[in-house]
Amino acid sequence: MKTLVLAWRLLLRDWKSGELTVLSIALVIAVTSLTAVAFLTDRVSHAVELRAAESLAADLRLGSSQPLPERYIEMAQQASLKTASMITMPSVVFEENHSTLSAIRAVTANYPLRGQLKVAPKLLTAASETSEIPAIGEAWASTRLLARLGADTGSVISVGKARFTVTKVLDFRPDQGWQFVDLAPTLLINMADLEHTALIQPGSRVSYRTLFAGPRDKIVSFKPLLEELLSAGEQLSDINNTNPQIRSAMERSGRFLNLASLVSVLLAAVAVAMAARRYAIRHRDRIALLKCLGSAQAFILRLNLLQLLMLTVLGASTGIILGYVSQEALAWIARDLIAQELPAAGSAPIYLGLVTALSILCGFALPDLIQMGKTPVLRVLRHDVEPPPIRYGISYLAGIAAVLVLLQWIVRDIELVLGIVVGAAGTFAVLGLAGWLLVKFTARFRGVAGVAWRYGLANLSRRGRESVVQVVAFGLGLMVLMLLTLVRNDLMDSWRDSLPIDAPNQFLINIQPHEVSQMQQYLAAQNMEIPSFVPLVRARLTAINGQDVNQMSFEDPRGERWAKRESNLSFADKMQTGNQLTQGEWWPPGSKTHEVSIETDFAHELGVKMGDELSFDIAGEPVNATVTSFRSVEWDTFRPNFFMVFSTATLEDYPASYITALYANAEEDKKMIDLMRQFPSVTVIDLDASLAQVRDVMDKAALAIQAVFLFTLFAGLAVLWAAVQSSLDERQFESAILRTLGASRKRVLSGVAIEFITIGLLTGVLASTGASLAAWQLAINVFELEYHFSPRLWLTGPLLGMAFVGASGLLATWKVVTHAPVNVLRAA
Amino acid sequence: MNTLKPKIEEFALKAEKLSKIVTSPEGMLTILDQVSLQVSHGERIAIIGASGAGKSTLLGLLAGLDLPTSGKVWLGNSELTALDEDGRAALRANEVGFVFQSFHLIPSLTALENVMLPLELAHHEHPKQTAILALQNVGLGERVGHYPRQLSGGEKQRVAIARAYVIQPTVLFADEPTGNLDQQTGEAVIDLLFRMNREYGTTLVLVSHDRGLAERCDRIIEMNLGHILVSQQSHEEQLT
Repeated sequence: MKTLVLAWRLLLRDWKSGELTVLSIALVIAVTSLTAVAFLTDRVSHAVELRAAESLAADLRLGSSQPLPERYIEMAQQASLKTASMITMPSVVFEENHSTLSAIRAVTANYPLRGQLKVAPKLLTAASETSEIPAIGEAWASTRLLARLGADTGSVISVGKARFTVTKVLDFRPDQGWQFVDLAPTLLINMADLEHTALIQPGSRVSYRTLFAGPRDKIVSFKPLLEELLSAGEQLSDINNTNPQIRSAMERSGRFLNLASLVSVLLAAVAVAMAARRYAIRHRDRIALLKCLGSAQAFILRLNLLQLLMLTVLGASTGIILGYVSQEALAWIARDLIAQELPAAGSAPIYLGLVTALSILCGFALPDLIQMGKTPVLRVLRHDVEPPPIRYGISYLAGIAAVLVLLQWIVRDIELVLGIVVGAAGTFAVLGLAGWLLVKFTARFRGVAGVAWRYGLANLSRRGRESVVQVVAFGLGLMVLMLLTLVRNDLMDSWRDSLPIDAPNQFLINIQPHEVSQMQQYLAAQNMEIPSFVPLVRARLTAINGQDVNQMSFEDPRGERWAKRESNLSFADKMQTGNQLTQGEWWPPGSKTHEVSIETDFAHELGVKMGDELSFDIAGEPVNATVTSFRSVEWDTFRPNFFMVFSTATLEDYPASYITALYANAEEDKKMIDLMRQFPSVTVIDLDASLAQVRDVMDKAALAIQAVFLFTLFAGLAVLWAAVQSSLDERQFESAILRTLGASRKRVLSGVAIEFITIGLLTGVLASTGASLAAWQLAINVFELEYHFSPRLWLTGPLLGMAFVGASGLLATWKVVTHAPVNVLRAA
Repeated sequence: MNTLKPKIEEFALKAEKLSKIVTSPEGMLTILDQVSLQVSHGERIAIIGASGAGKSTLLGLLAGLDLPTSGKVWLGNSELTALDEDGRAALRANEVGFVFQSFHLIPSLTALENVMLPLELAHHEHPKQTAILALQNVGLGERVGHYPRQLSGGEKQRVAIARAYVIQPTVLFADEPTGNLDQQTGEAVIDLLFRMNREYGTTLVLVSHDRGLAERCDRIIEMNLGHILVSQQSHEEQLT
């Protein structure tokens, strides 16, 4: 108990006297950063998931070509989930003398369960959200449908045996697909009216869907129960297997967040290690004295461990509270962006904070504290007696391993963790080597300059080991600061650029070959962008390496579905932008061989390897092609892309339609309606809503990332602070001696400035290089974005280094020249 | 080989053929060479000599702060050199007090807390009251809540003396106790040290450069190059 009291008293006094400031702040930053990220990712990603779930209009969507059993809905209701149903079928819609094919969607109340419908009172008027569905006898028609019929609201239309009054223009459905499904324009009706249409007859192409939504935990437990009961032909979808654009945006935001928290923890660990080292050095006398007064080694160890434990609990508690407050503040800031209420935060981040604090302190502070405990008692008589040297390599190895396990547990992305660790190790090695070279280099020049220079440069070489440590710490801190302030913007811009403001928002499909030139002329006449037209050939995969796909078993059920349904193929001489070969080679232009390039994930799902022979049936004719390359595809570019692209010679003689994508701004809506009327067989899909969804996800994620990077910035500053503090005592003493010997304040400060500015110049150059390389690697390997090296970094880095490190050093040592030297000497 | 244990009544402190050899860049360096010494209960001895004579090394060995290369040390009836680090620490906690040249107060603790520290380590029942009395005894009753940085050099040393005597040690070791003080303050501190020594009947082992200070002790041991050159009664003692 007395040990506890003494430990608490010493800890409290150390805190009051500022001995633990850097260490505590670094620890609190690490815990705050991690817990804030944990709280945030938990809440925001759930909110983003909810937003993304809107693209399904539900959390789970069950689809089938057969009526779905009522028991699924009963099960869902028992599980306190909300449900809705939708039945979709193609049918011709008549309005006076006009008729066109439409997708009739009959929905029940509650539809959509996620997201909201948008309707307008008339064509080309502003749309607003509604939580209603069409009343009985009414229908809501999409813009395209009304354009084709030459109708507007108020018109009466016939569908099957029923007649409806069009009361609203259906501007947006959250689940409106933009891929090559649901091609026909939509007519939304009430489920109660479906029977009156008499459209459902034996052989009708009807699609049945049941939608489920509810709290996340209930959905998570409900999904496997439902999956167990599914019959053949019933397909369950959630956000993970729909909408690749939103998924991609979510994955990237997750990586940004994880990266920020990872770097914060590593930086904080460096700051803690440096601060602990200083603390241990400054407290050797205390340990020697305690031993001199009769304390046993075990008591000293117990005392240190107790203090460490108290520090852990205090640091973790503060960090957890700050982490919670930070994410609450962020949620408040983002209240307009996040439409719905954020779900409550879980308790897991609390344990995470405690484990993080313990790992960092045990890993990076304990070795120094244990060494401090070994201070020989003889130090009370002879001040030069020091504890046995610490084996930092071995000591920190355990710490690094502990933090790595912790990080992997948090981010569950071994590639990212290893990448960061290898990068950090490389950075440490390069900075260490550069520091050593600086020490050697300046040692040669100290004799050739004036007193201030000699003092400054002599300091660098005389404090060799400390100088190297400072170069590493300053370099690391500066590099992260540059990465976070300058490069972060570049990375975020690259991310946003991947979905530019003029990204195609109109998909035009089913364009006949003879319409291509007419459409080009029309667009030119309207002063609109003339896009490239990509051929599309419908085909069915029949065999892989001669083996009938119907007889084959596929490991991946998605592969099986792909194999057994009609595919959209394309052909080209040149690979499309946004595609990158991952294996094999693209065929030369004009190649006469039958080759196919397959998207990497699709090939994996299909179980296809390089050199495999694929056979297709195109309108009754067999076609073969050899797999000669795999590609990665940027799906979130919103341009026409294909899983399978063939050499031109393979498919050019087969019937093809064309597709294209173009950007039309808000003023060009009327031109698009005219285009639909001029080319009635062409289907125009408006992607604006989908693009807005992806941009919304990006914006939300960007806000969270900015906040989390702020913690990393603080962690970087803590490292710089710890680096300045590490040599402060010695520097104070030396400066006091110099002033006692008659050196002016200006001369002492000049020497200190020269020392720090030299370190700053070197670390600035190294940090620029490091930040550029790190950003490039992050862009290419982690975020899969293009990165352009920024020349301003190379100018900013050294200037920033000299200014920042020089100013930090001067500020930290300012006290030395403003206080009477005798005070410093007396205290020494 | 068994060594005969000296009788408790006979000596407070005894050293037998103490040697301390260390390695240096120039080779093996003998700091202390076969030094033997006996100190009676309540005796005040001064160890003097030039810098490098081995005074502080001898003090460290006698107090159990370090171990000799060869030789033995007894504190009362306990053989210090036969004890491990923790054993020696336990003995120091109950039997030994220290006063240092550079005071060695813990800067983050108040004067009172510094004096309480050895009492707490020795599991004393009323550390606070006892420490307050000790500080009052050295004239610092009004400064119990002050931190070392708020005290003058003489006051710091008085706190150190209070801390040393608060456990009523059998032996008190003082290493250049006036080394960091001006003459007037130094004399006041020494007066206090000797007064406390008389009050508690403590054995005093004092290391100093100052022959004048040494003369106030019962016996002076002069050292040179690791040997005891002279061990004689001080003039003051001879006069009495």
